[in-house]
Amino acid sequence: MTARPNLSWGRGIEIAAAWLLAILWLMPLLYAFWAAFHPTAYAVRFDLTAPLTLENFSRAWEYAPFARYFLNTFILVTMTLAAQFVLCTLAGFAFARFDFAGKNIAFALVLVQLMIMPEVLIVENYRTMSRLGLVDTILGIGLPYMASAFGIFLLRQTFKTIPRELDEAARIEGCSLIGVLWRVYVPLARPTYLAYGLVSVSYHWNNFLWPLVITNSVETRPLTVGLAIFGAPESGVNWSVISAGTLMAVAPLLLAFLLFQRQFVQSFMYAGIK
Amino acid sequence: MSSRAILTHVYGWLLLLPAAVLLIGFTHYPAVATLADSLFTVGTAVRPSRFVGLGQYHGMLDDPIFWKVMGNNAWFAVGTIPTSIALALAMALWVNGRLPGRGFARMAYFTPTILPMVAVANIWLFFYTPQIGLLDQVGALFGAKSHNWLGSPGTVLGCLIVMTVWKEAGFFMIFYLAALQALPPELEEAGRIEGASRWYFFRRVTFPLLMPTTLFVLVNATINSFKLVDHLFILTKGGPDNASSLLLYYIFETAFSFFNPNYAAALTVVLLAMLGLLALIQFGVIERRVHYR
Repeated sequence: MTARPNLSWGRGIEIAAAWLLAILWLMPLLYAFWAAFHPTAYAVRFDLTAPLTLENFSRAWEYAPFARYFLNTFILVTMTLAAQFVLCTLAGFAFARFDFAGKNIAFALVLVQLMIMPEVLIVENYRTMSRLGLVDTILGIGLPYMASAFGIFLLRQTFKTIPRELDEAARIEGCSLIGVLWRVYVPLARPTYLAYGLVSVSYHWNNFLWPLVITNSVETRPLTVGLAIFGAPESGVNWSVISAGTLMAVAPLLLAFLLFQRQFVQSFMYAGIK
Repeated sequence: MSSRAILTHVYGWLLLLPAAVLLIGFTHYPAVATLADSLFTVGTAVRPSRFVGLGQYHGMLDDPIFWKVMGNNAWFAVGTIPTSIALALAMALWVNGRLPGRGFARMAYFTPTILPMVAVANIWLFFYTPQIGLLDQVGALFGAKSHNWLGSPGTVLGCLIVMTVWKEAGFFMIFYLAALQALPPELEEAGRIEGASRWYFFRRVTFPLLMPTTLFVLVNATINSFKLVDHLFILTKGGPDNASSLLLYYIFETAFSFFNPNYAAALTVVLLAMLGLLALIQFGVIERRVHYR
């Protein structure tokens, strides 16, 4: 009985700490919202009566070709994801269901990419792209990531859990190989596609170093690279406008995250433990 | 029968082919080409590239900037990894427990993870700006003098470390959360019946059981500390005087600002060797994870 007040004390401190950390963790983003929605004069004056404005957003939109950047990022993310789905499905299927010669070595070689991501090899990959004539193209940004070891690995694991009987039954029914893959394996692996899709989209929406290296014009630059140029001190844009631009760039992903929080967290979790 | 066996080989390789071409083209070939390039000098219009063997590596040993960025990488790793792992574990325990408003807390902890590093750097740049920045404004309230946080070699790395911990802790929380949810609930019940305090239970049961996750996160955090350089482009450009430059950033500069792709190749080989070493450790870790189950 005597231990009880002590216990709730400790518990209280713990809850307070958890909340304090949560608030601390939100502060930078909340601050960006504050700066973006108030006139520049209030950027560091936290006055609750400060007037709200959308002026910063319209100025950011005028300063930099954000519409174009959005389009570029959208094309990049969609193209990359579509190609990843196709390539990783085929390769994952091969590893899960075919005992071909050299399979284990091939799989080990695939896994190498988990460690050596394309952004580490920027110098050599830039050279390859210039030989292929793909420098400063959106395809050039996405191409090195399309055969994703992570995607192949995830789909292989999922396909392996699908009972072979289903597969054989479909074949007896007269399904072709690709038919079996499309009608049996792909539908059953839907949660994996969702998880991998969310991880991939957020990765490529946010990716910066390789797109920076390979692009040099407004027509190809994704949002992150555009934002870096826009936010550079040399550009002479003020804080409130930079905050507005930054929020615009992260808005779609942030909104998607807030709406589908559970799926996001579960997807990252699912992809993480595999 | 045997024709079917042959077909298995053919189908297997055909399915793998498209991915294999891209993987070889953008991972294996460039890794090997980097190694080859590092053995040559830069070719110019008047002087063609020539073979120098390990010459680039000898040069590297005498390059003070190389040692500087390696040191920075080490400090960056030491500064970010233990703190973000400890925070991630605390976050996961809180979010997994009966915390009031845990949905909100989980959202708050995880949000930095989905923001691009460039956007994060844009926001944090404002905190660190001398005089008008938030840090100096708050400091001024307590009579502190204005400080050029990102402009002084003494504080710049610390500033980047704080920001990176903020960005990454929520991501690592996810791994712990997954591991915690996989622990059998009977364990905690048994602990309660035995009268174990929460701290004792954590120290003697939960933490040891989470060890494989900790090792896994540790390796991933170390890999990230080598890969993550986006913020440098916004915040410091590696400065002042390379005080905040990291290896991958130095590679970028060497190749694309100083136009020395061959020295950049030699630096990349060092980076690859480091990542390879981590890969070996990682495979050891995964092995151990399997044993645990």
